[in-house]
Amino acid sequence: MSKPFTPKVVTANALLEGDVIYLTADDQWSRAIEDAEVIEDEAHGDLRVLFGQSQPNEVVGVYLADVKMTETGPEPVHFREEFRTKGPSNYNHGKQAELT
Amino acid sequence: MYQYNSFDRDFLAERNAQFRAQVERRIDGSLTEDEFKPLRLMNGLYLQLHAYMLRVAIPYGTLNGGQMNVLADVADKWDKGYGHFTTRQNIQYNWPELRDVPDMLDALGEVGMHAIQTSGNTIRNVTSDHFAGAAADEIEDPRPTAELLRQWSTDHPEFQFLPRKFKIAVTGSPNDRAVTKAHDIGLRMIRNEAGEPGYEVIVGGGLGRTPMIGKVLREFLPKADLLPYAEAIVSVYNLLGRRDNKYKARIKITVHENGIDTIRDLVEERFALLKPQFGGIDQEMLAGIEAQFATPEWTQASIAPFNAAYHENPVFRSWVDTNITKHRNDDYAIVSISIKKQGKTPGDATSEQMRVMAEIARDYAHDELRISHEQNVILPHVHKSHLPAIHARLREVELATANIGLISDIIACPGMDYCALATARSIPVAQQIATRFDELKLEHDIGELKIKISGCINACGHHHVGHIGILGLDRAGVENYQITLGGDHTETAAVGERAGPGFAYDEIVPAIERLIAAYLELRSGEDELFIETYRRLGMAPFKAALYPSNSEGVKANAA
Repeated sequence: MSKPFTPKVVTANALLEGDVIYLTADDQWSRAIEDAEVIEDEAHGDLRVLFGQSQPNEVVGVYLADVKMTETGPEPVHFREEFRTKGPSNYNHGKQAELT
Repeated sequence: MYQYNSFDRDFLAERNAQFRAQVERRIDGSLTEDEFKPLRLMNGLYLQLHAYMLRVAIPYGTLNGGQMNVLADVADKWDKGYGHFTTRQNIQYNWPELRDVPDMLDALGEVGMHAIQTSGNTIRNVTSDHFAGAAADEIEDPRPTAELLRQWSTDHPEFQFLPRKFKIAVTGSPNDRAVTKAHDIGLRMIRNEAGEPGYEVIVGGGLGRTPMIGKVLREFLPKADLLPYAEAIVSVYNLLGRRDNKYKARIKITVHENGIDTIRDLVEERFALLKPQFGGIDQEMLAGIEAQFATPEWTQASIAPFNAAYHENPVFRSWVDTNITKHRNDDYAIVSISIKKQGKTPGDATSEQMRVMAEIARDYAHDELRISHEQNVILPHVHKSHLPAIHARLREVELATANIGLISDIIACPGMDYCALATARSIPVAQQIATRFDELKLEHDIGELKIKISGCINACGHHHVGHIGILGLDRAGVENYQITLGGDHTETAAVGERAGPGFAYDEIVPAIERLIAAYLELRSGEDELFIETYRRLGMAPFKAALYPSNSEGVKANAA
């Protein structure tokens, strides 16, 4: 029996800057995971990945990442994805620096 | 050191122009990512977790002040003001933007530096002893050999699509500081009974998911036979190496599966065919290269100022005792500049620090610098009279940490803070261990100890050959750290033995602390190093310290 589908977001890196980006419900790419479209359905997830992959001149390495829902929006489940939302832990570089 | 001739310069300019056009075609959509990826990798450009990463080769770890200044300029202009020195004598920039990379490569090309073959399934940057040309124990300077191999392997038409990456290291000293036994080919410069120079050729070493110590393929290879013999090895591997399974594609597996004797027969057969084709041109080129690695003109001066400072200044004395190595000229010293200040990221230097090191090299050290595989910077030729001034200047930019070879001189890969392949973080673990033992003021009491940390099984942090190795893994979505003990990166190379179950992120530093406490308790005297105590007593007492039979131990065992 296949596992039940858990909530996910579509994520990738921006082609020019390499930044971590997330696909929004209105077909834009956002740097903030809070803006991401939360996908609850496997078939819809496949379609959204295909949509992301159809923009090779903007994004690289499109995939689905697990999230959990919180009051402020989706948050990553895995620690790797958590680092991708923030940046490295040794310097205030990357997203954490941009957000402050 | 080697100066680029017009051939080198033209080749590099053409290659950079080629890559510039490839980047443009990627951006305008003519190339897909699948088409572009192998091209960018061949030019050292990765896409990591948060950004692109450009890996620039520092061939055999040698550079001059002008080159170091350009590394600083590149960090300021196109990155975030720092660079990361790696275990393969490269520097990595963690934040370049795709459009800027061709400009970065052009700037590096101006001073004879490149990122060619720092990635991809090619022959990578040839590494060497960071004390080359200066070490008291040296038989011959290994750098001309390394430069000859660089020229031969760069854009070698037969070896651009090997089964897997291929790493060569060369040492000219019996004390192996280049980890030659953990390379695809390791070359140890030796002399035969007649006193003729040559190499012991070691093949099939490597770390990663299947760590192996290299095996001797040829006990004595005459110096003149190097290139045809190396070409024979790589071409045998190119045909025999497995392309069906990435994890079995390195030459260590080829050697393991076919046996060293079969490989030797095939290599010798191929070598017999290739040798006449070289016709001596390689030896003419080598002679030209060797002339460029002439010994510097030694400074003649009194070392009295050094002796005075050594007796008067305890901070200077501690730094000298820890960071200075014997030079082949008694009036000289080899200075290791620690890029490992406790709490900082191992191997990271700011642009300001790079410029100060360049300035010191120019003013006091025959304009030579080295990058060590242990992620430190070396001034290979320093007249002892300059040491007090150098120490004072280094202190101004937090580069005078006296910890070379000690517990805080940790090798750590970038780990999950940067690397897309990582399964756990390495840098914060290194920072916490270094900070903790600095607080305890135990570092100098513990003495020489090599801790090496990798954030995944690929072992960029050399954990297998650390006296204490730490491997970060992802266990069910949580960072988990395995400890290995008894590894050795020198001429007596050995792969460490796993101590037992891994530790959680917040448990790893206390575990290391228990391990060190056990060592201090167990050692026969202050002179017995950790590795010696381990060899004398084996795993059992250290295992007992790591896994005490209390609730904490049960928790660690369950992880």
